[in-house]
Amino acid sequence: MDLKEFLKKASLAHGVSGFEYMHIAQVVKDAMAGLVDEVKTDALGNVIGIKNGHGPDPRPRIMLAGHMDEIGLMVTKIEEGGFLRFAPVGGVDQRVLPGHEVIVYGKRPLTGVIGVKPPHLTSPEETKKAHKMEDLFIDTGLPEAEVRNLVRVGDVVTFKRQVSELMGDRLSGKALDDRAGVAVILACLEELKKYKVDADVYAVATSQEEVSLGGALVSSYGLQPDIGIAIDVCHGETPGVPEWRTSSVGKGPALAQGANIHPKVFEALEKAAKEVGVSVQKEIAPAATGTDAWAIQVTRAGVATGLVSIPLRYMHTSVETLSMGDIEGAGRLLARFIASVDAGFVKELKTWI
Amino acid sequence: MKDLIKRLTETFGPAGSEGPIRELIRKEVEPYVDEIKVDALGNLICLKKGTGGGKKVILDAHMDEIGVIVTHIDENGFLRFSNIGGVSPVVALGQRVYFENGTFGVIGSEKLDDIKDLKLDKLFIDIGATSLEEAAKKVKVGDMAAFYQPAIDLGNRMVAKAMDDRIGCAVVIEALKRLKQTQHDIYAVFAAQEEVGLRGARVAAYGIDPDVGIAFDVTRTGDTPKAHTMEVSLGKGAAIKVKDMSLICHPGLRNYLVKLAEDNDIPYQMEVLERGGTDSGAIQLTRAGVPAGVISIPSRYIHSPSEMVDLGDVEACVKLCVAACESPLDF
Amino acid sequence: MDLRTLTSLSGVSGNENEVRSAIIKQLESMGIDYECDVMGNVIAKQGNQGPKVMIDAHMDEVGLVITHIEKNGFLRFARVGGIDPRVLVSKRVLVGKDKIPGVIGAKAIHLQERDERSRVIPIDQLFIDIGAESREQAQGKVKPGDYVVFDTEYEELAPGIIKAKALDDRVGCALLLEILKQDWQDVQVYAVFSVQEEIGLRGARVAAFAVEPDMGIALEGTVCADIPGTDKEFQATRLGKGAALSIMDRGSIPNRAMLDQLIKIAESEGIAYQFREATSGGNDAGAIQQAKAGCPVVSVSVPCRYIHTPCSIMSMSDFEAARKLVIKFLESVEGGFRP
Repeated sequence: MDLKEFLKKASLAHGVSGFEYMHIAQVVKDAMAGLVDEVKTDALGNVIGIKNGHGPDPRPRIMLAGHMDEIGLMVTKIEEGGFLRFAPVGGVDQRVLPGHEVIVYGKRPLTGVIGVKPPHLTSPEETKKAHKMEDLFIDTGLPEAEVRNLVRVGDVVTFKRQVSELMGDRLSGKALDDRAGVAVILACLEELKKYKVDADVYAVATSQEEVSLGGALVSSYGLQPDIGIAIDVCHGETPGVPEWRTSSVGKGPALAQGANIHPKVFEALEKAAKEVGVSVQKEIAPAATGTDAWAIQVTRAGVATGLVSIPLRYMHTSVETLSMGDIEGAGRLLARFIASVDAGFVKELKTWI
Repeated sequence: MKDLIKRLTETFGPAGSEGPIRELIRKEVEPYVDEIKVDALGNLICLKKGTGGGKKVILDAHMDEIGVIVTHIDENGFLRFSNIGGVSPVVALGQRVYFENGTFGVIGSEKLDDIKDLKLDKLFIDIGATSLEEAAKKVKVGDMAAFYQPAIDLGNRMVAKAMDDRIGCAVVIEALKRLKQTQHDIYAVFAAQEEVGLRGARVAAYGIDPDVGIAFDVTRTGDTPKAHTMEVSLGKGAAIKVKDMSLICHPGLRNYLVKLAEDNDIPYQMEVLERGGTDSGAIQLTRAGVPAGVISIPSRYIHSPSEMVDLGDVEACVKLCVAACESPLDF
Repeated sequence: MDLRTLTSLSGVSGNENEVRSAIIKQLESMGIDYECDVMGNVIAKQGNQGPKVMIDAHMDEVGLVITHIEKNGFLRFARVGGIDPRVLVSKRVLVGKDKIPGVIGAKAIHLQERDERSRVIPIDQLFIDIGAESREQAQGKVKPGDYVVFDTEYEELAPGIIKAKALDDRVGCALLLEILKQDWQDVQVYAVFSVQEEIGLRGARVAAFAVEPDMGIALEGTVCADIPGTDKEFQATRLGKGAALSIMDRGSIPNRAMLDQLIKIAESEGIAYQFREATSGGNDAGAIQQAKAGCPVVSVSVPCRYIHTPCSIMSMSDFEAARKLVIKFLESVEGGFRP
């Protein structure tokens, strides 16, 4: 399996929160096919790959969660002239939008532009203020009648963006948050072929993380895991942001530590990384991690959670940038971690003194 | 229908104190359902059994309204209060309120140097008492009050307080009355405490464990002067929700409702609500997940004591609700 | 276990080990059955028949966590739970398991610009100084991820007036241990010492799912602002005026029948009580109420001035009132009260 090719394909496959079924879900299902025993979809569109373990009953149940949904836009109104007004789905910084190309998923995909006035018609004071989301619009170039025929209120819109291969092993594109996490899960499943694994593994490409963590919440309820590891992205170094607030792209995945993380799971992840020679960074998370781990931890009577993050710059833009090496390393350390989990480890999770 | 709407909207029932409205609704639906119960949070859950082989369907409408809660009584008999649900100080100023025991009051304000300083903290309720002792005979700290407005019939449109969401309750009640034959077990949930966080629906859905959930609630419109951009308008039919802040409606269910409306010539419009949430947001995340959607009644001036709806839209919502229940719901 | 011991333990949200161990030891010495769950809640049980009443007190306190060690040995930190940054300046703290002493300093007044003193120092300009001269030296004693508590000594300022850190919610834990001293027969008391309340009612949520109670009571140390500069109508509660009963907060509206029963008992037994005259804030009752198919709840609190700061103040008379009130309430449940 070529991880980079998968990630490029996944980045382009559209799947705005709540609409993952439109394309990305199938891409994930196809990729999981050779790696698990069974693939199913639940009521909220989560794609769940099940890989049965070989340990004695009761087998440990480990859930991996990487969210397949991306942020995007939704058409709220068709204006005179065929221009489209929109609202964000998930955390969209409206400052990335002026001048951006988009794809409107109406009856068929339409290319559109979020157009703004040229500099010649813009006063110096205006350029000092950021645009407001409600003042922006999409221009598809089509006449109003045709727009009304092809597009309706509620249609979703994504960034139009090809993946760029930058220097080294750096990749840049849209929706790497969190298609990178899904890639890690696939890498982990591939790596697991080398191990004898006690645990049942539930590899979940979750839905709707960007709007509610809803996919993780319901899939975790349904699967009842003992351990839940979310694989998401964390902030990579960025000019203007103090370095102590970010991790480094290319220096390995980050393991989170804090209230959202079970200390024994963290220790086991750290140990696994060492054993397979993967350098990791530490991420201190004082409270909510803003990831699927936050939802998984409090389902039913509680789940022991961990969080592995891929450092990524410019999160929630269409030029999110990461290192493939970090993804590959995360896959290896997760596989080693999973292989190390037995019934005894699970029992210890409730022992605190 | 107008009479039902009038009685529902004029009945007391802020979140957490739904007693009177719950009793009114119970009497209305009793002849049309097989089982009624009230759960731990005060939800009124009414089951209409199906002929068999169908799904467990929740039809949800919340019976609670926004209001105010007394936090303090001062030595002169004025009441300080806090909000129950979304209450804007601009809307509250000068309004009349009433308590469950029939006490009335008026909301007044401290002196303001600038209207921009207007906050709920600067307001108080005056029940006409002259001292703390006199006030304490009529109200206690912790008592809740609702806004007081009689319903107005404008012909094709009606204005009342608590259209949010008594109009949803009216739609579900009327649908239960018209429903002839259904294979599904219909759970009409008249939910409590939606306005303070979808609390009633969340636990009711857990208890019922449905296959499908459809909520009936109000949504905003974009058809008043210089309004925030929104396609939904009064008079254009039942609003089929795509998304709001609490959920993205199950696309399969949503498209199914659209087709139902088209096949049955029911006027409808598509809805995206940028601010606000509904009980389906809670229903959707119950247990291992529930496909959930919303049929909205377009309404102007939501969370004011004068919310306006179009009776043609209301009728469309009732028709769509009945059509959904009578259909296989195999989306 | 007394309040002095309880408040001196370190237990920031997510790192409640010390408090948990002490409470477990206490439960074992009392011969009470308990269990720990995967989040670290301690769930003790007493009584074999009757309705299930979950009584909750949270073990965690607000505090800080080290995020980074600067090259010159100063420690950067983040807050865990709601702390007003203005209370951090010029305070003493204890870092990590070994309780390394540190101080949160501030620029000397002599070195400040004229108008600097009127501006709040933002969190990212505050540091903990443990006396290290370099990162390497600091790393010998502390590391990122270490939790930090206020270094406040427990003191009885006047008879029955206590000053300490973490009264929110070690007073609740102390109350809960007192309640377990009774021998409950016809009510199943699930005493939950919960984790991570301060960052989102996290522990109570999973504990309530597991217990599935018929009724829930949250025991808290709650806001008390009967101080100069706060108008009477915004004081919420007053020291010495009795156990505080919540009328509503951001997480729950109390069950009317349970609240009325508490009021009835307080009045007939002559127990001092007051209403918490505020709707801001929230507590574990909010999580218990939403467990499974729902649970009726109330909150009973001890007023504590200055919660979420290094020094809070409470009155033992309020503690005693809360203790009596909850015990009498449980007795009425044994006697047949149902919401």
